[in-house]
Amino acid sequence: MRGVGAIGNLRMLMNLNSWGMYPTIKNENVIFENKEDLETIIVQKKSFIAYGNGRSYGDSALASDIIYCKPYNYFLGFDEKKGVLHCQSGVLLSEIIEAFIPKGWFLKVSPGTKLITIGGAIASDVHGKNHHVEGCFSESVDEFRLMLPDGKIKICKKGDELFHSTCGGMGLTGIILDAKISLKKINSKYINQTTIKTKNLKETFDTFEKYSDMPYSVAWIDCLAKEKDRGKCLLMAGDFADDGDLSFKEKNKLNIPFNFPHFALNKLSVKAFNWMYYKKVSSEISFQKVGIDSFFYPLDAVNNWNRIYGKGGFTQYQFILPKDMSYDGLNEVLTAIANSGKGSFLAVLKLYGKSNSNYLSFPMEGYSLALDFKIEKGLFEFLNILDEIVVKYGGRIYLTKDVRVSKEVFEKGYPMIEKFRNFRKENGMDKKFNSLQSKRLGI
Amino acid sequence: MSYILIIGAKSDIAKEIAREYAKNGYNLYLAARNCQTLEGFANDIKIRSDADVVLKEFDIVDFSSHDKFYKSLEPKPFGVIVVAGYMAEQKECENNWVKTFNTINVNYTGAVSILNISANNMEENKHGFIIGVSSVAGDRGRKTNYIYGSSKAGFTAYLSGLRNRLNESGVKVLTVKPGFVATKMTQGMDLPPKLTAGPDEVAKDVFKAQQKGKDIIYTKSIWRYIMLIINNIPEIIFKKLSI
Repeated sequence: MRGVGAIGNLRMLMNLNSWGMYPTIKNENVIFENKEDLETIIVQKKSFIAYGNGRSYGDSALASDIIYCKPYNYFLGFDEKKGVLHCQSGVLLSEIIEAFIPKGWFLKVSPGTKLITIGGAIASDVHGKNHHVEGCFSESVDEFRLMLPDGKIKICKKGDELFHSTCGGMGLTGIILDAKISLKKINSKYINQTTIKTKNLKETFDTFEKYSDMPYSVAWIDCLAKEKDRGKCLLMAGDFADDGDLSFKEKNKLNIPFNFPHFALNKLSVKAFNWMYYKKVSSEISFQKVGIDSFFYPLDAVNNWNRIYGKGGFTQYQFILPKDMSYDGLNEVLTAIANSGKGSFLAVLKLYGKSNSNYLSFPMEGYSLALDFKIEKGLFEFLNILDEIVVKYGGRIYLTKDVRVSKEVFEKGYPMIEKFRNFRKENGMDKKFNSLQSKRLGI
Repeated sequence: MSYILIIGAKSDIAKEIAREYAKNGYNLYLAARNCQTLEGFANDIKIRSDADVVLKEFDIVDFSSHDKFYKSLEPKPFGVIVVAGYMAEQKECENNWVKTFNTINVNYTGAVSILNISANNMEENKHGFIIGVSSVAGDRGRKTNYIYGSSKAGFTAYLSGLRNRLNESGVKVLTVKPGFVATKMTQGMDLPPKLTAGPDEVAKDVFKAQQKGKDIIYTKSIWRYIMLIINNIPEIIFKKLSI
């Protein structure tokens, strides 16, 4: 073995990136594989951040010192009566799905990728297509254990300040060790899906309201459509089927073996893709029976899909606006995007339910839009313009996707930030747990 | 359901192979030194897959114990997978006979010892499979890694002969040649991400290849071509290189 440093006995030098592949920084990372080692590492190390499976888009899990948590991934127990899974924080959602669909269980809350760790799901307090019904991931967390800056371990439950600061707290309160997660009973691996084609933003909003009783809903929206077409979308709503078929096998994945050249994605190619995607659906309303993977995780079918944006990387801009401001706000944002000609394959629109009491969780009742942008000259200036619109309408930016928002815009969106900062200071967390993002935003 | 015996079950690759086989309906014998440290892992597998997992105390360099160990397995395993491996720094090996000796004993002698016994049993029953996790380092000796490499070269040749011998009896032998793998064994090495597999990737490749009845696989598969080039460099040039 080549000689490596003194802390812990497990250390790799491979550089870890975030999903957006921007920014890239050199980091020294320590593998977290058992609690005893972690205690030594936490006490001895100065400042670092936990890293799971590298699926957050921006700089929230990046730092020059990283604790790599994915290898800490044992299932610890399963209570069949209650449907509660106890597992370590490095377990991927995909592993839970693979093991439990055949037994008739699924995650209560799942984001659009299953390739994230339990620790990451808690730290980002992720949400999914059923936010308007089930809320964020933290609603399905019965309790978890957290290692604090002094190496002590605390059990955190709903109502505890540690629980509400850690869920959505971006890894800035400690290292999540293991968690008890409530699963939901299902009786099929299929979803009955309804696809509705809308003509404009007004119709899109009406359709979301009309289908708000459906447990799952999401819309794909063509951001490059202008004027009378602005806000046209394909809205997918659905619920689990009830046919008793629970046979589930991981499919082979397509692979994107290299970064696409920078010119591959441009206004024309994106426009063509969007046009095809929209045209593919011919009738105003149609019904399909689709698998869990294609309904919840369409992009996971392609390994390394982030490479299509080229080696310069990309970012996802995701914001949410309060419901009563959403129509005007989105109109303004969509106009700005269509005029700029910058756009992405996938712009995802969704109506969210009520916010929770976590300090830094993203969701609030209203509409959220998420879209990808290749990192290129002029992009950040353009996003600053979008920020102004978001702030004007009382919205906020999603930290898990963010790599560039200003401190000022961030603070306006998160009224509980001072409380969070004080909590970190009081508990010495601000000295230990820091990411590029937390430093940039002074969290 | 059939049992699979995994030798050296504590390594990262072995654990992922165990999960892969359990997921696909096999039961497991996990053999390692201080096997009680694998209790948490055995529990993990049982929750994931309902497979039966039996922990077996096993020391690969305690050759004389191997016969008794194999006899203790009932039912006999349908497949035997040798993942046990030991890699020390080349420079250390050059100056420290104990490390060199241990490299040879773990990677070659011990593997041969337990596989001789398993092979006789499988040949008699005319079914089963054997998988040996060797290494691309065994394809050609290089100054940076030839003690480890030569022990793996011996193991590769052994597996090749064993495959030849067992062909008639229908027992399959698979040689696995991983390139770089991000594991505890390679910690601290600066590995190029594009050529480095995760242990879970290796496990998937191994399972797939065994099910298809393949003879030799490289993982990642790109290593087949890298080694093709390396193996074809004339010795007169190769001896001057630092790779």
